[in-house]
Amino acid sequence: MSARDQHGLAAPHGEFQIIGKPQRKIDGATKARGSALYTDDLCLPGMLHAKTLRSPHAHARILSIDTSAAQALPGVHGVITGQDMPTPYGVIPWTPDETALAVDKVRFIGDEVAAVAAVDEDTALCALDLIHVEYELLHSYQSPQDALERNEPAIHKNKRGDNVSKRVQLDFGEVDKAFETSPVVIEGDYSFHGSTHAAIEPHCALAQVDGNGLLTLWSATQITHYVHRALASVLDLAPHRIRVIQPAIGGAFGGKSDPFSLEFCVAKLAQITGRPVKMLWNREEVFYAHRGRHPMDMHYRTAADESGRIQSVDAKILIDGGSYSSFGLVTTYYSGQLLTGPYDFPTYRFDSTRVFTNKPPCGPKRGHGSVQPRFAFEVQLDELAVQLGMDPIELRRRNSIGPQTMTVNGQRITSCGFDECLEKVERASDWKSRRGKLEQGRGLGVAGSMYISGTNYAVYPNDMPQAGIQLKVDRSGVVTVFSGANDIGQGSNSMVAYVVAEELGLTLDMLRVVAADTDLCPVDLGAYSSRVTFMVGNAAIDASRKLRKLVVSSLAEHWEIEERRVRLVGGEALDLEDPTRHMTMAEAFQIAEVKHDTLGATGSYNTPTLGGDYRGGSIGASPAYSFSAHVVEVAVDEETGHLDVREVWCAHDCGKALNPTLVAGQIEGSVYMGIAEAIYENHQTNRFGLHAGPSLLDYSMATTLDTPEIKALIVESLDPEGPYGAKEAGEGPLHSAIPALSNAIFDAVGIRLRHLPFTPEVVLRALREKREAERQTASPGNNP
Amino acid sequence: MLRLPPFQLEEPKSLYAALVLLAEAKGQAMIIAGGTDLLPNLKHRLFEPKLLVSLARIEGFVGIELQEDGALVIGPMTPLAQVAASELVQERAPALAQAASLVAGPQLRTQGTLGGNVMLDTRCQWYNQTYFWRQSLGYCLKKDGTECHVVKGGQKCVAAASNDTAAPLMTLQASLCFERLNEKRELPIRDLWSSDGIWNKRCDQDELLTSIRIPAQEAGHRGAYGKLRTRESIDFPLLGIAARMTLADDGTVSDAELCGVALAARPSLVRGVSEALTGTRPGTDEFTSGLESAAQLAYKQLRPVDNVPGSAWYRREMVPVLAKRTLQAAARGDGPVHPL
Repeated sequence: MSARDQHGLAAPHGEFQIIGKPQRKIDGATKARGSALYTDDLCLPGMLHAKTLRSPHAHARILSIDTSAAQALPGVHGVITGQDMPTPYGVIPWTPDETALAVDKVRFIGDEVAAVAAVDEDTALCALDLIHVEYELLHSYQSPQDALERNEPAIHKNKRGDNVSKRVQLDFGEVDKAFETSPVVIEGDYSFHGSTHAAIEPHCALAQVDGNGLLTLWSATQITHYVHRALASVLDLAPHRIRVIQPAIGGAFGGKSDPFSLEFCVAKLAQITGRPVKMLWNREEVFYAHRGRHPMDMHYRTAADESGRIQSVDAKILIDGGSYSSFGLVTTYYSGQLLTGPYDFPTYRFDSTRVFTNKPPCGPKRGHGSVQPRFAFEVQLDELAVQLGMDPIELRRRNSIGPQTMTVNGQRITSCGFDECLEKVERASDWKSRRGKLEQGRGLGVAGSMYISGTNYAVYPNDMPQAGIQLKVDRSGVVTVFSGANDIGQGSNSMVAYVVAEELGLTLDMLRVVAADTDLCPVDLGAYSSRVTFMVGNAAIDASRKLRKLVVSSLAEHWEIEERRVRLVGGEALDLEDPTRHMTMAEAFQIAEVKHDTLGATGSYNTPTLGGDYRGGSIGASPAYSFSAHVVEVAVDEETGHLDVREVWCAHDCGKALNPTLVAGQIEGSVYMGIAEAIYENHQTNRFGLHAGPSLLDYSMATTLDTPEIKALIVESLDPEGPYGAKEAGEGPLHSAIPALSNAIFDAVGIRLRHLPFTPEVVLRALREKREAERQTASPGNNP
Repeated sequence: MLRLPPFQLEEPKSLYAALVLLAEAKGQAMIIAGGTDLLPNLKHRLFEPKLLVSLARIEGFVGIELQEDGALVIGPMTPLAQVAASELVQERAPALAQAASLVAGPQLRTQGTLGGNVMLDTRCQWYNQTYFWRQSLGYCLKKDGTECHVVKGGQKCVAAASNDTAAPLMTLQASLCFERLNEKRELPIRDLWSSDGIWNKRCDQDELLTSIRIPAQEAGHRGAYGKLRTRESIDFPLLGIAARMTLADDGTVSDAELCGVALAARPSLVRGVSEALTGTRPGTDEFTSGLESAAQLAYKQLRPVDNVPGSAWYRREMVPVLAKRTLQAAARGDGPVHPL
């Protein structure tokens, strides 16, 4: 980390003009009017359409593939199988266990086996029917327990000969001693089911090879840079002969973070056929691509003293990874490493094991790896509060870690607005006067959480910056920002526009943002781990300040005044002390261009050295952490088990809201997603190993009618290293919504739901068990 | 996007032309009304017709008409949204208006029709899936396969009648007019259903439903519909119950009936409901205990199986709750019961 990485909290000109005020998204109007171009909107002359042949078996060896009949079908231009691209890849370079198409084995129903490019989709589909694949069926692993207990046949080869994808065991302090000496211990089993992103836009990729052999790939990806690297490796093509572009994208939520089969297939088919090739997955295929939330079975123990101070936490977690590694190495670390705030505890241990199963591969979904442990732990904290007879908000306050601290696993906390988050939800929900006094069947629950604003673990080790920005100036006054960041709807393109406009005193209509194009934009590592606002925002300030310096010094010389008198604001340059002296920014840029030649600037950001001094200590180490607290109000129908989530208050510490409207949108979206996956969604396979319902009818996501009232409460702790103090807002506000719901249900009807999802059936069964238990205690025979 | 298979589309402008097309096709044609169910089913390769005969342009197929005898006659192409919003239907057949208002979501109710809902194909979690999915499964009894995955070793398809409007039309004693070239017949809806999930209707696939007649109900008619589904919109019923009740001049129940849908291949009337409630007055303890009896009758007689998604255990447990709440709503003159 260097000086370029920290820019202070202050506005460039005393008072913020754009930052911190509600602004429109720069691409809002084009998306609302339908004129934004998504990958599937792109059509090139002579373009072919490709489709994928998938495995109908959950686990099988491929004995032979005969593509001759498909090749011979009129209208078919290319057929490829795993043998055409056998080089394995993986988004994490240490675990390359995927191939573009299956080479020797298939590992879940829906695994990709072959691809066809034809004049249209119907012809491609007909050709798929003509491909003959001979399989030898293998034992299919449908539960993580089975995969843990049985080794043969292994889903992937590894040195140990087992089905373990990754195991992480970390100990911090004397855990056993803490449990022996603590007066209160809560212990229990918890589980989290699978869920998927279900972004509106299905995955789509289009490839073209031009006359010079340059391969261009347009893809709905949230990490252009890794796709670029993976393509080069798998196609064995020099990276400088590949260009990757992300057009407008219809949502991602982590589900477009891996390189996907279709990206390699269209590229290879474009090379083979000499024609542009597009592939658009249908909804079913998106469900098979998955990379969604990992199901986890979690055992937690928490030790505390009588005042409620946590003394130790001990977790054992079994993670169902599905069929490939994806980000699984990181998931396994995150399942333990991200739990150590917002509460301070002196000792901690976790033992997390990710196993492979023959199901669609799991990966990163909003709140990667930490939503599940957070659920278990925050429910356990509620149990602790009940045991101690303590208000659960008070319990959390008592354990709050606070700013400028270090967690037990060596994560540096800078800013921390968690106490304010608790206070805000407590007040907004009228907690003190309403909790425990609501009518029968209605209750309030609370939970808290912490999340990263990016990580200094750069996926592939390198010392180059994590984020870059380039500015280009036009004599018209327009500044074009070249940003490597992937705008996946979160508004990163708007964010860089706000920052550059603020720094250069421009109005937003003077900004153009060109993003996520590897030929045009500097490298950014992508839209994941909530890193973009923090890192790209800092890089944008860095670049803007370099450019501003050139302009201000030129104007000072031109007007023969001191630089401090020059202000750039609202599209104009002016002399603070002489109101008659002012000019448009276009004129100002021209004056600067005379002095400095063609204007431009670059900016970068890199993380400081962070994390504990142990293997894996940098995974989960973030330059800044966000904090959230939720209060959920629920009404439970005790006859049907139906949950009516009446209202959710979410207070989120995002450091500084660069655009409060977008921050509130992220909070609302996160709460929506959390509550929906807790009640309605379940990504699972059935007894045949088939996806239980790969459609938006069977995989029921909450509609607007099923969505609670959401109150987004913004907390600004002003992080010393964030851009103007900003931290993340896109993932943190999901976490504690789910345990707060479970805790609210307990408050409402006295059932403790430790296993997701909370379907009406689950709630009803728990209510009946409780009634049965009460009946038995109340019956005369049991009276003391 | 899933692709439609190739087919020929005819859009006749008269009933006669439609009947001729159907006769000429000799069973190779299918009828398309709103298409909201048929088109996804075609994409799933559940049907492979050579010809689709659209009813969209046939004159006189849309509309709700009050006849002199107090009966309502509804054209088969009347959109569900129109049925739901119709004051005539709300007043004379409230359970039907309520059921129509709960089919799918607003866009689908605008496109989907009452005739289409009556003639809806049965549904099952092992059947309403893509071709690839069904192929991976090894298919099922209803389409392309020999095995039922709901009832082990089952020889009869138990896919569920999932049409919300079927239940109220049963309680309203509706009758259906079917036509074929040179042939026309009136069929009480209670005689329509069979227990075979593959084709659960006692009519031929080339018979055209040309009108739905709801006879005038007795004075004091009340009706309501209750629907269990996962979400508050979009979803097919996991269970639907229609209630009909007649209140005499003195305010006591003189007749009552319940019909359940989304259980098995046919909608099921519950026996003994009238006996349980007749003579009781809503708001009294007798009425409440009559409701309990009626709910228990429904619980004993309506037995969902694991055909549609979701747990059959939960659907069954909801039978008495929904039965009671729907009867209560009918007695109060409100409803629908949704969400539960």
